[in-house]
Amino acid sequence: MYKVKVYVTLRESVLDPQGKAVMSSLHKMGQSEVEDVRIGKYLELTLQKGDYDLDERIVNMCSKLLSNPVIEDYRYEVEEVVAQ
Amino acid sequence: MKFAVIVFPGSNCDTDMYHAVKDELGADVEYVWHDATDLNQFDGILLPGGFSYGDYLRSGAIAQFSNVMTEVVKAAREGKPVLGVCNGFQILLETGLLPGAMRRNESLKFICQPEELVVENATTIFTSQYEKGEAISVPVAHGEGNYYCDDETLEELKANNQIVFTYANNPNGSVENIAGITNKEGNVLGMMPHPERAVDELLGSKDGLKLFQSIVKSWREHYVAAT
Amino acid sequence: MSLQHEPTSSQIKEQKLYREMGLSDSEFELVEKIIGRSPNWTETGLFSVMWSEHCSYKNSKPVLSKFPTKGERVLQGPGEGAGIVDIGDGQAVVFKIESHNHPSAIEPYQGAATGVGGIIRDVFSMGARPIAMLNSLRFGELESPRVKYLFEQVVAGIAGYGNCIGIPTVGGEVQFDPSYEGNPLVNAMCVGLIDHKDIKKGQAKGAGNSVMYVGAKTGRDGIHGATFASEELSEASEEKRPAVQVGDPFMEKLLMEACLELIQNCDALVGIQDMGAAGLTSSSAEMASKAGMGIEMNLDLVPQRETGMTAYEMMLSESQERMLLVVEKGREHEVEKIFAKWDLDCVTVGTVIEEQVLRLTHQGDIVAEVPVDALAEDAPVYHKPSKEPAYYGEFQAQEDYIPEITSFKSTLLSLLEQPTIASKEWVYNQYDYMVRTNTVVAPGSDAAVVRIRGTKKALAMTTDCNSRYLYLDPEVGGMIAVAEAARNLVCSGAQPLAVTDCLNYGNPEKPEIFWQLEKSADGMSAACSKLATPVIGGNVSLYNETNGVAVYPTPVIGMVGLIEDTKHIVTQDFKQAGDIIYLIGESKAEFGGSELQKMKEGRIFGKAPHIDLEVEETRQRELLAAIQKGLIASAHDVAEGGLSVALAESVMDGKVGASVTLTDEPIGSLFGESQSRFLVTVKPENQDEFQQLVKDAKIIGFVRSESGLAIDNEQGEELLSCTLQEMQDAWKGAIPCLLTSKA
Repeated sequence: MYKVKVYVTLRESVLDPQGKAVMSSLHKMGQSEVEDVRIGKYLELTLQKGDYDLDERIVNMCSKLLSNPVIEDYRYEVEEVVAQ
Repeated sequence: MKFAVIVFPGSNCDTDMYHAVKDELGADVEYVWHDATDLNQFDGILLPGGFSYGDYLRSGAIAQFSNVMTEVVKAAREGKPVLGVCNGFQILLETGLLPGAMRRNESLKFICQPEELVVENATTIFTSQYEKGEAISVPVAHGEGNYYCDDETLEELKANNQIVFTYANNPNGSVENIAGITNKEGNVLGMMPHPERAVDELLGSKDGLKLFQSIVKSWREHYVAAT
Repeated sequence: MSLQHEPTSSQIKEQKLYREMGLSDSEFELVEKIIGRSPNWTETGLFSVMWSEHCSYKNSKPVLSKFPTKGERVLQGPGEGAGIVDIGDGQAVVFKIESHNHPSAIEPYQGAATGVGGIIRDVFSMGARPIAMLNSLRFGELESPRVKYLFEQVVAGIAGYGNCIGIPTVGGEVQFDPSYEGNPLVNAMCVGLIDHKDIKKGQAKGAGNSVMYVGAKTGRDGIHGATFASEELSEASEEKRPAVQVGDPFMEKLLMEACLELIQNCDALVGIQDMGAAGLTSSSAEMASKAGMGIEMNLDLVPQRETGMTAYEMMLSESQERMLLVVEKGREHEVEKIFAKWDLDCVTVGTVIEEQVLRLTHQGDIVAEVPVDALAEDAPVYHKPSKEPAYYGEFQAQEDYIPEITSFKSTLLSLLEQPTIASKEWVYNQYDYMVRTNTVVAPGSDAAVVRIRGTKKALAMTTDCNSRYLYLDPEVGGMIAVAEAARNLVCSGAQPLAVTDCLNYGNPEKPEIFWQLEKSADGMSAACSKLATPVIGGNVSLYNETNGVAVYPTPVIGMVGLIEDTKHIVTQDFKQAGDIIYLIGESKAEFGGSELQKMKEGRIFGKAPHIDLEVEETRQRELLAAIQKGLIASAHDVAEGGLSVALAESVMDGKVGASVTLTDEPIGSLFGESQSRFLVTVKPENQDEFQQLVKDAKIIGFVRSESGLAIDNEQGEELLSCTLQEMQDAWKGAIPCLLTSKA
């Protein structure tokens, strides 16, 4: 089995109002060292091993459904796990 | 002229759209379930608001993979009028029938209130019954109506007169106060405000009715003239 | 709470483990007597949830029996998911209010959201299409970060659930008082519409019929929620977090559509009930008990979200968005087909049996076998001792309080800034109050009005309760709560029909608290009888205390009224310059429990305002007649903050203003909270006819074209004059301002 961890974030150029709100809250707490906060989504997919191109499959899922390329970027990590 | 109101699991403005068309506009209309594979019998396609598939992941993201969306894309390519309101607009964006994307409202809160809109383009098949520059009152009700597109797309929207409605008092942070846009061809309109909620004086405004009347008028001119 | 090794019957008994589940020693003995042996772990769990106050009303039953529950129009009184009232033409209105206080105190977003979800299920399980939601919220003062957080998250939770499922949230109330600081109240009300022929009951009739489980899968969430709701909140409550469930409004939307499709189109359905508090246990036991039957269930068949769940966990889970159905034997496939369309689980898990027991099997063993009536009906009923609290005598003996006022204008502006009076736009603009396009009068008016499509009719609805009056004098306060709700409906043009109540009190084991409960029920009953608005259902929430301090007695009144013709709908805004302003009823210097007393003194004391139910009934009847004759341009009840606030609210939209002359002593006239008063405007041409119909009406001024409010005394001296801007800044700005200010 593969465990695929997908991180989706708003693209640099897109304003992130949630991130801004969290940042100002952190500043109010006195955490003035915080320069930027970006909020995103974290998805965990468990895939069965098979005779397929893993990266191609993941990229397809990420670009067609899991993220919206107009406003979002994604990256992912793959881990091999033993089925329980 | 016969309209289809597409119903996805989680659509909740489908009955509003249906009654606006049937009771106030007086046109033929049917609900069409999301797994339908044929829209040939319909002359106009309406994608209503709501929370299709719970709006999980992103508003409208999952609905784009419904069977019926292949047919909606086909209808759009054939030049049939396609109107997406609120969640319907979000679905059109996710499907790529319209450019851009939606972000959460700048306030991070859901907003429900009547909004003043300005008709920017009164030459489309959706707005011919309005005057350019006319101010109309149409309610909004959304949590993710903050329209975004990059500069290049914005220039294109402007150059092609695709910006149809703007907000007089931007409630959500949308780029250039954009409330509704069409595709380049002008037969697909997406808008966050709800014209189907503004078709009856008793409920506060009738300003949305002309949008539906415009669609029927253009259809008549086009098809009745052709036959 | 996963229990791999459950305690044995003898361990439960010897180590008194049942106490942890909320059963008392005597209750445990009673269980043993009923079943003739010591219960096992699962059975102890069944009894503990079914005999909790939340499910059995064991402490409040004697009080609830005081309420009038019958009326010509009542089709279904208390006892089912929701009450039903006839509105003519084969249609009926279904409504109920319910509390979700404890879950909201612990996890406000999900607590409020699941409260909304639960009450919606109660309504559609009767066969009704939910058409509107209201909610009645109470928080501490909007000062501490904790209260602000609770307030913002509760509102967000209500919005998140209601907006997604597509039922408009059209009204309600929000109040702030220190007594709710640690224990907020979150009461949600749902109103539905039904054709008489579709009315369904939660009954498991017909031996051999199938018991079907539909909706979301069962997980370990919310185990022992009902018991949790029946305890006081304490620091330790934080640790009970697992008792709070997570709502899925999308799932509920599908479940609602599927159930309504089933009810309206498939006569194989025998009975249906929500798996609410105490989940699978209460729905199965109650449905069987009501039908005089029993149910046998195989828990292996229950759709499960987690692995390794025990019988105990499955039976006590309060996972949301689930329903239990009883379906005619052999026609299960008709039901399965409908739920398959909506992509929902639909599984036959059991059978209706003649023998009146609930028999559960799991992995081949019988894991519980108890008489259904024992669970659903035979919970002990406690007649708690009642004692008049010392404070009551003191308050009654006090001289009337008259506030000292230096500036009438600044007093009015300060009152408009009080969060309880200030505009709640910040709240209701987060609710989709228009979806389904029937909302004629939106939130912010005395009552919300929703039209009934395809007819001329409309329904008016409201929730009300001034708990300050109830604290000072529960009996009088109880009368006022009912009277005010009816007043709000009448002001919108509706004939009040019936009441659903949500009784929020402290710990009933304290005699002073039980006294509050008892007395307020007396007052409410008297008013319900006089105003012909029977109680058709509701909910009791006791143990609303934090660290031993109880909330004010807060019996929230949800009331629905019928408007025969949408032409009769009236709103509070003054309409046209030249209209005559009338005050119906006299103003006295009554300030006990008033907004002004609270504002100036920081606390409340003295006597609650007087109310005469005869007078109340007469005025409401006369005003409604005048409205139905088309004589009234606007109507507003005079409530918190008195006449000056009512006047300000009536000109707040800025289209017109008002010039008013007061002849009586100004402080009481402007700010006193005398009951049974209405502020109405009448076109000059209707003056004579109006005055003949409404006896206690007195002209106090005129609507003017210039916005703002001016009030003079008889000598023509100015008492106060406010511009629209001044009033709007105070009234609209208050809540957003409090929320953004640093604590």
